[in-house]
Amino acid sequence: MDWEALRLSLLLAFATGLVLIPAGVMVARGLAYADFRGKSIVEAAIAIPLVLPPTVLGYYLLTAMGGASPLGAFYERMTGSPLAFSFEGLLVGSLIFNLPFALIPMERAFESIPVEVRQAAECCGLSWHRTMWRIELPLAWPGIVSALVMTIAHTVGEFGVVLMVGGNIPGETRTIAISIYDRVQAFDMGAAGAMSAFLLVFSLVTLALTSRLSRRVW
Amino acid sequence: MLHVAIRQASPIALDASFSCRNGETLVLVGPSGSGKSTILKTIAGIYRPAGGRIEVDGDVWFDSAAGVHVPARRRRAGLVFQSYALFPHLTVLSNVLEAVPPGPQRRRSERAAEVLASVNLAGLEDRRPAQLSGGQQQRVALARALAREPAVLLLDEPFSAVDQATRERLYEELANLRRQLKMPVVLVTHSLQEGLLLADQMCVLHHGTTLQTGTPQDVMTHPQSVEVARLVSLKNICKATVRAHDAAAERTILDWNGLQLEAGLQAQSPVGATVSWVVPAGAILLHRRDRPSHGERENPVPCEVRRCIPMGDMVQITLEPIHARSEHLATTLSVHVAARNQVRVGESAVVSLLASGIHLLAGPQSPRLPYTPLHHHAPGATPR
Repeated sequence: MDWEALRLSLLLAFATGLVLIPAGVMVARGLAYADFRGKSIVEAAIAIPLVLPPTVLGYYLLTAMGGASPLGAFYERMTGSPLAFSFEGLLVGSLIFNLPFALIPMERAFESIPVEVRQAAECCGLSWHRTMWRIELPLAWPGIVSALVMTIAHTVGEFGVVLMVGGNIPGETRTIAISIYDRVQAFDMGAAGAMSAFLLVFSLVTLALTSRLSRRVW
Repeated sequence: MLHVAIRQASPIALDASFSCRNGETLVLVGPSGSGKSTILKTIAGIYRPAGGRIEVDGDVWFDSAAGVHVPARRRRAGLVFQSYALFPHLTVLSNVLEAVPPGPQRRRSERAAEVLASVNLAGLEDRRPAQLSGGQQQRVALARALAREPAVLLLDEPFSAVDQATRERLYEELANLRRQLKMPVVLVTHSLQEGLLLADQMCVLHHGTTLQTGTPQDVMTHPQSVEVARLVSLKNICKATVRAHDAAAERTILDWNGLQLEAGLQAQSPVGATVSWVVPAGAILLHRRDRPSHGERENPVPCEVRRCIPMGDMVQITLEPIHARSEHLATTLSVHVAARNQVRVGESAVVSLLASGIHLLAGPQSPRLPYTPLHHHAPGATPR
């Protein structure tokens, strides 16, 4: 069992969730309620990681983060280290490939709140913040929990994008999925099997947790 | 006092204006799609029309000319939605508490308890909306609307989602409650019966336009136009020519296809003009076969019975006047009156049309207009 890879995977997953979910709540809410020209293009762009081969997405991310790209050059100038093949680069990649897993369930959850319930909150005199806190977030809760769990589970299991963007640097970018691949290449089937079993149980537990936590109480 | 004037051409055409005094209930009636709910939402502030002005107790909530649009959360309008729109994850008490204005927690809890008691919901504070019946949910919605201490109470088809028995109980409760309410109450319904039961003022709406506002009695007996008469389900709309006005006798004489009719004086219609007139079912009196009476001298109309539709202990009768077979008179009799007077299809029957009940109408002369009238059960006619 590669504990270092597991720690890195969990760190990446929780960091992704921590950044993506709060920001995603606002974006998903905006997308759910707003009607604007080009909305379907924005939604399609968010969903692209669902259909694009991970290596293709990884290629574009790598290109965008490389030292020759404006983003990569800017990052390197600011921090003194390259973005590609670093944990920070992995995090940026993870945020992007998790967009559909985080945003789509939350957008659907906000959409499912009847417009009259939101209007009733307004007619009750509730402020924007109170409406969000007391009415919308609790009603969208199942979608938010699903988004969080899907993001974490997907990050822990992601292989293609991580390999393209981060490579296989122990302690820096080698996640558990990369480690499993690495162990199989080295014919260490015992370690690969243990880590695969861990991921299987982890996925099962997270899905069961989602089902429990996202259950409606009303 | 509530003053409403709303105008816009699209997306929903609106041209509505009415006023409602404090403590008064104004019922907006009209068929589905006539813009009733949109008007309520405009007053509440969750719909912004292109033009108009809304003023409540001297405060301007909306004035398109002055660019004023007070947001819904600052309007103090209590709105009961047709779907109730309760917060499903909150208890009854929390639903109501959310609408109680800010203040000390104890005072707010007292206010919530007080409002819940006023709608007979004490004891159900800890339940969630899904654990309540339709009638109880309606009361929670009403309590939530009242909890805000609104300057105007708006009720959007509040009885449409409950069964008939519950609805009748809720009518009674609302009728009792509104005696204690000091603010203007605007109720929207497509049911004429509901309007007649609860309204101090009734406003008839069609295609977003207010056609007539008045007391229910006034609207039902003196509709301003053929359109209003049809919308309030008045069936007996016929055509006649104005022959004369007799100011001394307070009578207008009509020629109805050769039959002379006397109506109350309505001098606004010029002599010689062809007009539509209406008579409510309650002003059609069946002559008894066994015992003639005094009233038979008032506009007697010999007819043939064309249709008898039993409706429980009442019978809906359609009569064809012998002198004007293309027109019909409809009324309702109790089953025993119909049987005693041998009112059967094909039989002859004579009715009197009360002069005071005949009302001349403005508007199109077409016998049928392409819209559905409101639901209404006409009052029965009694023989004299």
